[in-house]
Amino acid sequence: MANLIVVVVATLIVASCGSANDVAQIQVSAASSLSDVFADLEVAFEDANPGTDVVLNLGGSSLLREQILAGAPIDVFASAGMEIMEEVEAAGLTEGEIDVFAVNHIEIAVPPGNPAGIVGLEDFDRDDLFLGLCAAEVPCGRLALQSFRVAGVNPTPDTNEPNVRSLLTKIEAGELDAGVVYATDVIAGEVDGIAIPSDVLSSSNYPVGRIVGSPNPTGAADFIAFMFTDEGTRILLSHGFQSP
Amino acid sequence: MLVLAIVAVVFFLLPLVGLLARTPWGELGSLLASDVVVDALVISLVASVAAVVLSALLGVPLAWLLARVAFTGRAFVRGLVLLPLVLPPIVGGAALLFALGRRGVIGEPLYEATGLVLPFSIWGVIIAVTFVSMPFLVITVEAALLNVDTRYEGAAASLGASRWTVFRRVTLPMIGPSLLAGFVLTWARAIGEFGATVAFAGNLQGTTQTLPLAVFVSLESDRDTAIAISLILVAISLTVLIGLRDRWLTR
Repeated sequence: MANLIVVVVATLIVASCGSANDVAQIQVSAASSLSDVFADLEVAFEDANPGTDVVLNLGGSSLLREQILAGAPIDVFASAGMEIMEEVEAAGLTEGEIDVFAVNHIEIAVPPGNPAGIVGLEDFDRDDLFLGLCAAEVPCGRLALQSFRVAGVNPTPDTNEPNVRSLLTKIEAGELDAGVVYATDVIAGEVDGIAIPSDVLSSSNYPVGRIVGSPNPTGAADFIAFMFTDEGTRILLSHGFQSP
Repeated sequence: MLVLAIVAVVFFLLPLVGLLARTPWGELGSLLASDVVVDALVISLVASVAAVVLSALLGVPLAWLLARVAFTGRAFVRGLVLLPLVLPPIVGGAALLFALGRRGVIGEPLYEATGLVLPFSIWGVIIAVTFVSMPFLVITVEAALLNVDTRYEGAAASLGASRWTVFRRVTLPMIGPSLLAGFVLTWARAIGEFGATVAFAGNLQGTTQTLPLAVFVSLESDRDTAIAISLILVAISLTVLIGLRDRWLTR
């Protein structure tokens, strides 16, 4: 019995050593709205830098912040909006400079063909429609509420989704008549977009930074540098982001 | 062996200790009385009790069918019923949405015919939590029925009792304790459900936001509320499980 335990533990140690030596991993935490663009950045970076393995950890920006505050071994953090990055910075957990790499506007998303005939933000206080927003606690929700405030509309959503991707999925499925998501989500999803007029439009600056205690600091720096190259910028723009 | 067992106990104790260590004891009272918490508590209680009622209405007959009637495909039906236990709840919720949503396979005809929309309402919550918790009732009751000495039922029938009377006066009392344990387990599972609820019913305070959903959303910005609600859920679950003792494990 004791022998079996020794063998199992030894195997696990050897196995974990092996994987760390073979490939240089870069742990990247990125907001949900960055899912598609970071998937492309991952592929492009790994092609240009053989022997590296970018591991993406995607989720709501605040959840990712919680993980970092709890000490998760992250190399790079890219959040949706400055506030969450600033909170991580205030906790002394960012290393070096924080740079804004992209800007994202919010946009109204409707199922293909716009079956409910949505025209603009003013439709969001109608009770006869099924409307969704991001929860006020996530950046996408905060921005939407900001625009509604400026536009003088009091929205009555039927759901406040905890992350923007689940909101997008429900709009794609036609379960919701409309929702407010990012411009990048409109491109990524199978939805139609209705632009929000620039006088009430809200946008998010996307910052990226390295994390203190990063397991792979050189890898982190390389990945971030790649994001700002022509190739990186091309990938960002192709997904609907704007240049800062 | 003892050392490993103690490690296991510590493993289960640690999250609880972590939670208690971060609890803002001073503000706990006012946190628990806030709108968010009260709304979530009401919705959770309504949905979980409704889930138990629905599970009893549908689950007990199903358990009886599985225990007493040998039919082709019984193994398949049993597997189907136990599927929600193994499936990640969020998968269950998404599947419910594709089946019963406004544009769902069954939901769309239902909507066209009656105007009824299940997601984004308390009914959506009830369906989602029933889906994940009913299997508990079915297994418990099926196991209990399989352990009942059918000679008692036979004796009652031979004395002239109808099928329903036999069930009501002989079978039900004999499986009583297991039935109760099944109800309690179903209720505890229903009140703790998150993935299926958020995927199918959505998240709206006062309509569909259950206690687990309120924790998840509060975690984003108001950690203290999240901890307060988590304490409620832990307290409920522990009370239920300790109260049941071994009743749901042993037959």
